[in-house]
Amino acid sequence: MAVFSTSDFKNGLKVMLDKDPAVMIENEFVKPGKGQAFNRVKLRNLKTGRVIERTFKQNETLESADVADVEMQYLYNDSTDWHFMQPESFEQYTAKEDAVGDAKKWLKEQDVCIVTLYNGSPLSVTPPNSVVLKIVETDPGVRGDTSGGGGKPATMETGAVVRVPLFVQTGELIKVDTRTGEYISRVKE
Amino acid sequence: MSKSSSEADWQPSCGQDALRIRALTLNRIRRFFDGRGVLEVETPLLCHTAGTDPQLHPFVTHYRQPGQTQGIDCYLQTSPEFAMKRLLAAGSCSIYQICKAFRNEEYGRHHNPEFTLLEWYRIDFGLVELIDEIEDLFLVLFDGMRALLPSKRITYRQLFEQWVGADPISADFAELAECAKRQNIPEASSICGKDRNIWLDLLFSHLVQPNMEQGRVYFVYDYPACLPSLARKKLGDEAVVERMEVFIDGLELGNGYHELADPDEQESRFDADLAVRRQLGLPLPPKDQRLLAALSHGLPDCSGVAIGLDRLIMLMAGFDQMAQVLAFPVTRS
Repeated sequence: MAVFSTSDFKNGLKVMLDKDPAVMIENEFVKPGKGQAFNRVKLRNLKTGRVIERTFKQNETLESADVADVEMQYLYNDSTDWHFMQPESFEQYTAKEDAVGDAKKWLKEQDVCIVTLYNGSPLSVTPPNSVVLKIVETDPGVRGDTSGGGGKPATMETGAVVRVPLFVQTGELIKVDTRTGEYISRVKE
Repeated sequence: MSKSSSEADWQPSCGQDALRIRALTLNRIRRFFDGRGVLEVETPLLCHTAGTDPQLHPFVTHYRQPGQTQGIDCYLQTSPEFAMKRLLAAGSCSIYQICKAFRNEEYGRHHNPEFTLLEWYRIDFGLVELIDEIEDLFLVLFDGMRALLPSKRITYRQLFEQWVGADPISADFAELAECAKRQNIPEASSICGKDRNIWLDLLFSHLVQPNMEQGRVYFVYDYPACLPSLARKKLGDEAVVERMEVFIDGLELGNGYHELADPDEQESRFDADLAVRRQLGLPLPPKDQRLLAALSHGLPDCSGVAIGLDRLIMLMAGFDQMAQVLAFPVTRS
């Protein structure tokens, strides 16, 4: 297992912290002019999503975490598990609901997303930054409205609810930003 | 280094405004000290000795006389302090210097291994007069840049008690550990162990500095005797030394001392530093015998301070990264 010293610390580093995998999201070098140097670090626990602040003395170490981000195709959901496939190897992976988390409302079959593996098992799923989804239900809009001023809620085929402009109708395809949950544009079929 | 990054890396990391603020600042500093009869001096960056401070890691290089194949180790200075004291001992008047200092293993948002120091020494000044002068200088330098709140002068002990909740000098390790735990730094105990200096460095940097009011200059004085650096002991209070530090926005800008003049005390501090270095397995630089000789000859009663100019300019310009006021930080040098 690789070991990282404070001088290797940087954002994005995947390490073991309190027996859980975590990713470094902030690393500040703190040193009084005549005093001891520290690294003040923020890490996100990859299991719980919790952000932890931790201080290390110079030359302290952390073990690397066996964590990898892998592009996979989302196959289907069998009501308890979500199934993914690595396109090159055709190897399939099964993710539990707590690993899929909020990503589930953006997952459309065949879409390619990032599955984070920890010791070979799915730990979390990151949907593509934008997805194209079909609207299955929304109130009929007001004719002639093109500004989208106030907007209205629309339910997607995946169950997600997105605020869309009034002119967008049931059955249409729209592009949505999964990071903000916001409508981007209509998409022609 | 990838091609795309090296293509952008030739550019300075600061803007044109930062270059102008730096030039103006250097100009104002020189006018300020010239007007007060303080002499500008230069001392070597390349030195035969380095400070013994266990927390400073000097750059070591190799010096050969012409034709020599075997040379000797030389150091890039970590501060011009010793050379300037030799000038004072040799009979100079009050002096100031603007120079580069080099410290290895220091890089971050507020650190660059090569940085600019403004250091000055005032004969017959105590710490109070020195603090008055730093305050006057900051008024001049911040004029037209950024408004500062009236400054605050407070002892290390008061400030530490206020934000940490313990006395930095008398609290035992269990009490310090309790304070750290209460304030969400449970790992402090394993980091600091039974080393009071590391305890104070950690708690001050994590709990005190972030709580300093934005825009206010803090002059913190009467440092605990376990953090003496090159300050003299305070007469009548053995628990503290005549050391001060100045902060703005919670960022350390400088260290000042009523300067230690006793050569025996100086040598025993060298020895104490070297003992710590030996214990930590760090290199053992030679003691600066020329400084000790100068102190034996006689250092006039004086106070001195070193201010990190890059940080000061960063704060004047309202930035929060030193790279925003450096033409080329080490990543682009």
